[in-house]
This record gives sequence, structure tokens and C-alpha cells, in this order.
Amino acid sequence: MLLQQEAETSTAFHTQTLMGECVIAKKGISGAEAVVLSLLAEGVECVFGYPGGAIMPVYDALYDYRDRLQHFLVRHEQGAAHAAQGYARVQRRAGVCMATSGPGATNLITGIADAMIDSTPIVCITGQVGKHLLGTDAFQETDVIGISMPITKWNYQVTRAEEIPEAIAKAFYIAQSGRPGPVLIDITKNAQTEIFDFQYRKCLKIRSYFPKRKVDIDAIQRAAELINRAERPFMLIGQGVILSGAQDDVKEMAEKAGIPVASTLLGLSAMSVHHPQYVGYLGMHGNYGPNVLTNQCDVLIAIGMRFDDRVTGRLDSYAKQAKVIHIEIDPAEIDKNVKTEVAIVADAKEALQALLPLLEIKRYPEWMAKFKECDAIEREKVILKDFAPTTPLPKMAEVIHMLSQKTKGKAIIATDVGQHQMMATRYYQFDEPYSNITSGGLGTMGFCLPAAIGAKIGKPNREVIAIIGDGGFQMTIQELGVIMQYNIPVKIMVLNNNFLGMVRQWQQLFFDRRYSSVDMQNPDFVKLAEAYRIPARRVETREQLSDALDEMLHSQSAFFLEVMVEKEDNVFPMVPAGAAVAEIRLE
Amino acid sequence: MQALEGNQQRYTISIFTEDKVGLLSRITGIFTRRKINVDSLTVSETENKGISRFTVVIRTLPERIGVIVRQIEKQVEVLKAFYYTDEQIVYQELALYKMPTEAFAGSQAVEKIIRDNYARVITIEPEFIVIEKTGHEEETTKLFNELKPYGVLSFVRSGRIAIAKPMKLLKVHLEELENISEF
Ligand SMILES: Cc1ncc(C[n+]2csc(CCOP(=O)(O)OP(=O)(O)O)c2C)c(N)n1
Ligand SMILES: [Mg+2]
Repeated sequence: MLLQQEAETSTAFHTQTLMGECVIAKKGISGAEAVVLSLLAEGVECVFGYPGGAIMPVYDALYDYRDRLQHFLVRHEQGAAHAAQGYARVQRRAGVCMATSGPGATNLITGIADAMIDSTPIVCITGQVGKHLLGTDAFQETDVIGISMPITKWNYQVTRAEEIPEAIAKAFYIAQSGRPGPVLIDITKNAQTEIFDFQYRKCLKIRSYFPKRKVDIDAIQRAAELINRAERPFMLIGQGVILSGAQDDVKEMAEKAGIPVASTLLGLSAMSVHHPQYVGYLGMHGNYGPNVLTNQCDVLIAIGMRFDDRVTGRLDSYAKQAKVIHIEIDPAEIDKNVKTEVAIVADAKEALQALLPLLEIKRYPEWMAKFKECDAIEREKVILKDFAPTTPLPKMAEVIHMLSQKTKGKAIIATDVGQHQMMATRYYQFDEPYSNITSGGLGTMGFCLPAAIGAKIGKPNREVIAIIGDGGFQMTIQELGVIMQYNIPVKIMVLNNNFLGMVRQWQQLFFDRRYSSVDMQNPDFVKLAEAYRIPARRVETREQLSDALDEMLHSQSAFFLEVMVEKEDNVFPMVPAGAAVAEIRLE
Repeated sequence: MQALEGNQQRYTISIFTEDKVGLLSRITGIFTRRKINVDSLTVSETENKGISRFTVVIRTLPERIGVIVRQIEKQVEVLKAFYYTDEQIVYQELALYKMPTEAFAGSQAVEKIIRDNYARVITIEPEFIVIEKTGHEEETTKLFNELKPYGVLSFVRSGRIAIAKPMKLLKVHLEELENISEF
């Protein structure tokens, strides 16, 4: 009876994982070598990491494969995770980072959390104490699986060598499919040294995991009807558009159906800022028009975005008048923050390709004119002031504007977190896709420098410019050592206001100018960069700026530019935290 | 039973998962993060080999329950999660009561309580007797309150287990998901 029941269930439920053909096999190798071969089987070309006791067997195996798998030695494991993120964003596949157990693994945590909230595929491999020592408070034993659980899409502890190929195959499959994210594989030391017969098969399917839905034609039709009948439709695009490669489809839809398009912070560069349908940037420091007019549109089409509070402001007064169409790959995002009229749970590109033929050719001259009117207001109240050379030192906006013009909007811009980030994303005129690398959801200071390194390694033929504040620069400044050691020609521009500027701005506006712990005494950054053998220059007047930017941009090697900027500049417009988007302040 | 505040509702969540280490933490973490207290939790095997069922009882607002369950379902090793109000399920809890044997001596009172409550004695030892009762929380609590004057040495109640009334099999749910998915 029991046997029969088991037989029945095994036909009812297919096996837990479906693996493909064997792509590499090697008899009698160590688990450590298996790790390296597994990475190679996944097409990995480089790894960011830092060695230590519990992962030494893997580092020993890396030595044998050093001409096929390049390892970049970061200076702090946080840098490894961010570099893997930067690499993943430009390469559109998982970045890989590695660390030893205990402190090595805990140092990765900030980067993993960042990758989780910003849906970046990274595969983290950590060493762990031997299986027999688990739970004994052994030297450098930390419960990394427990710590990383809420900030990984999936994690798994390997305690036997035989588990390595399947665990790594699943890791890549999970990290890169559906809504991407970080995964962590913790490998005990005994598993790294055990000898076994290695066979690598890619993971094709996991029975409990449904990464992507087919496009629901019925929902597409309902969406098309809403859009075709709309009088003031508005499209919002997020990083989902970039992750699915739907930039052209967004453009086509905007052109055919005449819909204005605004982008979230992480959606920037998905559409050229010069496109006539592009109306700007959403959110707390985004453009005036897109924020205010969110509360005037009648149909809101959100594509690959998650209605973060920095985009929506106060939810109970966000787009209440609009019917919302949400195109999103992750079903858990539907109705999480904003109630939808039509939910299309699908990959953005597939959804848009199904939707496009059903849309009518439309133009909304009056509606588009409203955005223009708002632009004129923002231009007069904010932008012209930001650009006006009224202060002794240049303002961040001027610097970014000049950089944007000199690079024609074609560079990859990595930013850190703070005022410079908001200024860079406001004023850099992105004209190429895959060009915006920033920490959005977590707002991680220290993200930029290592992420820019990863991006440059991922896209060596593109200009990569790291724009960082004086505060955040000092959070991962040690990664200058990576730039030095591997000659990575990243351009670094520190916008130095000698302040934790964004916090100072909040203290000015919301805490009566009580400047509590926001002024910074900084080292001589130029000397510091030079100590790392990076050519460096400081701009102390507006007049020096253009020439210095030229020098930086023409440099074949890495270059460090410190620009002394206006100290008490503020970023406007601003939707104060907890306010409605329509309550956006212009000054 | 924990009181409901405001518009809160009691929900029983049935979660079908792979039988994997760590999933318990992943699932409870989803509640912890939102500061939702888990009123009861039971993990057991199911009729399907290798698949576990978590039965979790929580209180939350009707507009939040869907969001929470979708977060649970999003976990890679969760096959499917369902939520139910009490009307949509058949549910039971099991309670054990350890009583001093002398409580039974000299009077029929305890025996009558046991009979009236449809409970039963499962162990008799020289020093203590263990009574078992299956039922809803109100019922097992009622029995506890009635036994209390006679000296309950120890009382334990299991988490809720529940069977949903809808007839659709897990397998069919999963087949439907398969059919609308790409891998
Ligand atoms: C790791 C971390 N700690 C603290 C914060 C809070 N925070 C946000 S912006 C900011 C100031 C950043 O200063 P700086 O890097 O100089 O950039 P600026 O705003 O001056 O351009 C701080 C402290 C953060 N985002 N990340
Ligand atoms: Mg600063």
C-alpha cells in the first residue's frame, strides 16, 4: 500500500531539479577544483574576492586556472560584492564574488543586501569551517546562511563535494532567471578538499520555482483597451525594462501610442533623455512634471518597477485618479504598494511585444504640453539656478552638465549616494542604454567605486565614470588599490562639498539647520590617489573645470579628479519624505 | 486565543515546500520582518513524498494577507502557499493535560469533566495521568479551565493543523502554474 502510494506521488511530482546535458566532466578532482570548473562551465571570466583560511583550497585551485579565470583581489569584501554588481549590471549576467568564512562573509553582507533590493544577479561563494566543526563556535565560524537568508534570493550550504556542481548550477539559474537577485553558496572546507568525480550540468528548471509567466493575452487585451481609451496615459519605466532588454519596445510603444514616458532612478538610460516622448525622472528628487502629473494622468502604465516609496511619496495620495496597469515579472510586487486595474505578470519585453500590435496610433498634444509647461517651471525655478555661476565654487549641477556635454551622454555613470547622486542622475543626459549604475533601493554609500571597477572590467570599451561624494568615497576608498594593481582605467570624480551633503540638506530643511555630525575634515584626496599611482588633479575654481574634465576624459589610464563644489547647495525639486508627489517643492 | 485588533482577521496559511533545511527560518523571517506574531506553526510531511506542509496561523489585515502570502510563495523552495479564513478550513488542535493521579481519587468530578468534554485518558501512572483532547482552541481552553481547580501539572497544545475545504489538489494547482510559466 505504502509502495503504491509512493509510486503515485513520484509520477505526480517530477524531480526537484531538471538538469541539462553534462557539459564538463573530470574524474577524481577536489571540491575546490570543482568550484572553479563549475564557474568556467557557467561562462564566468572573472571573480572578485578575498582569500582566507576557510576558502584556501578554492584559491589554490584558482591558481591552476589563473589564465582562464581572472581573480581580482579587492581590498575589502564589500568591494567584491559591489564590483560583482557593477559587472552584472553592464554584462547583463551574474557577477561572482568570493570570501572566506566569518568576517570575510559578513563583509559581503552590505553588497548582498544591495543586490537583493536592486534585483542584481550575483553569485557569492563563501568558505565555511569543516562540517564537523559546524555549530561549535569554531575559529571564523559564522552562521552565514542564517545571516544572509533574508537578503538572498536563495542560499545553500554545501557540506559534501558531490553537491558542488548542482548547487552552483542552481545558483546561476536562480540568480539570473525571473527577477534577478543575489544567491550565496557556503562551502565547508571538507567539501572543498574531498575528491570526487565531477560532472557539470546546467540547471534548467526547479520544480518549486516559477521564474517567469507566459504573457496573459486576456490581461494584455484589457490593458490595450484601457490605453486606447485613455485621455492622459502615462508610462513609468523601471529597471525591469533594462533587465529584460525592452528599451526598443518601450520606445516603440511611446512613439506609436503617443504616451509620455518617465523613468525611475534605476530605469535611467533605458530611454534616451533626448527622445521627444521622454519627460523625465520620477521620485523624491526627480523632475517636476513627471511627479506632479502622476496625479493627473488617467491611465498609469508601470513597467518593470515596484512603486518604491521614493517614487510614490505618500501612497494614499498617489495616482488615485488613475487606472493602473502594472507590467512586472515578480507577482509579489502586484498590489504590494499600489492597487492595479490590470496586472500583467510577465517579462517586460514579452509583455510589450504582445501589447504593441493592439495599441492604436495616438497623439496627446495637450497632455504632452502639460509636461512642457512643468518643464518650463522647473527650468526657471530650479535648473537655471543650478547652472548659474553665482557661487564662488562650481555647483554640482554645473559639473555634471559639463561632463554630460563633453561625453555626449555616452558614458557609463556610476554614482554613490547623496546629493551628488541625485545631481548626477538629474543632469547627466543619458543617451545610451546600460549606462546608469547606482545603489537605488538600499542607498549604500561606498557602492560607487567598487561598482565602477566591476563595470569597467565588464565593459572595457566604454568610458566608466565614478561620481562620488567626499563622504561615500571614504567608505570604500581602499579599492583604489584594485585600480592600481590591475590598471583599470576608471575615471573617478569626487564632488567635494566637505559635507555629508544630503544629510546636511535634510538638517537644514527639517531640523532647523542644526548641523549634527555632517561636516567632514577630509584628507588630501589628490595625494591619496597619487599614493595609489593614479594621476590626479583638483579643481578649485570654476575656470579650471573644463580643462580638468578634458584631461580626465582624455586620460588612457585611470584618473582621479577632485572637484571642490559649493558647500551648501541643495537638491531640488524635492518630495519631502511622507509627502504626496503633488506636494513636490521647487525651493 | 489572541485577540483581533481593529480590522484584523485570523488567517491560516498552508505552505507547501521542498523538505529543505533553512526554509523554516526563511518563512518565519517573512513574518518577523513585518512584526507579525506567529500564533501557531506546525510543520509536517504531506501525502506527497519530499514535500512538507507548514500550517501557520497569524492575524493581519485583509488587505495585507495577499501580499504576505505572495512573499512566501516567492521563496524559491516554496511550491505554493494558500491562505484561508476559519470558515474555509476544517481545523484541529491537540492538547495534553498532565494531572496528579490523586485528583481522580475520592470523586467522580474529573472523570465527568473528561467525559463531558469528549477528552480521553491516554496514560495512567502512579503519580500522574495524561488526558488528551482534540478540538478547537476554545474547546481545549475550556477543558483546561475546568481541570484547573483539580491541579493541572502541565498543559501543552499543538499548533493548528488544517485541511482546506476546496477540493482542488495541490498537484492541479502546480500543473496550472507550470502551464502559465516559462523556465
Ligand atoms: C552606508 C551609509 N551610511 C549612511 C548613509 C546615510 N547618508 C545618505 S546620503 C549621506 C551623505 C553622503 O555624503 P557624501 O558622500 O559626501 O555625498 P553628498 O551628499 O555630499 O554629495 C549619508 C550619510 C547611507 N546612505 N549609507
Ligand atoms: Mg559630500
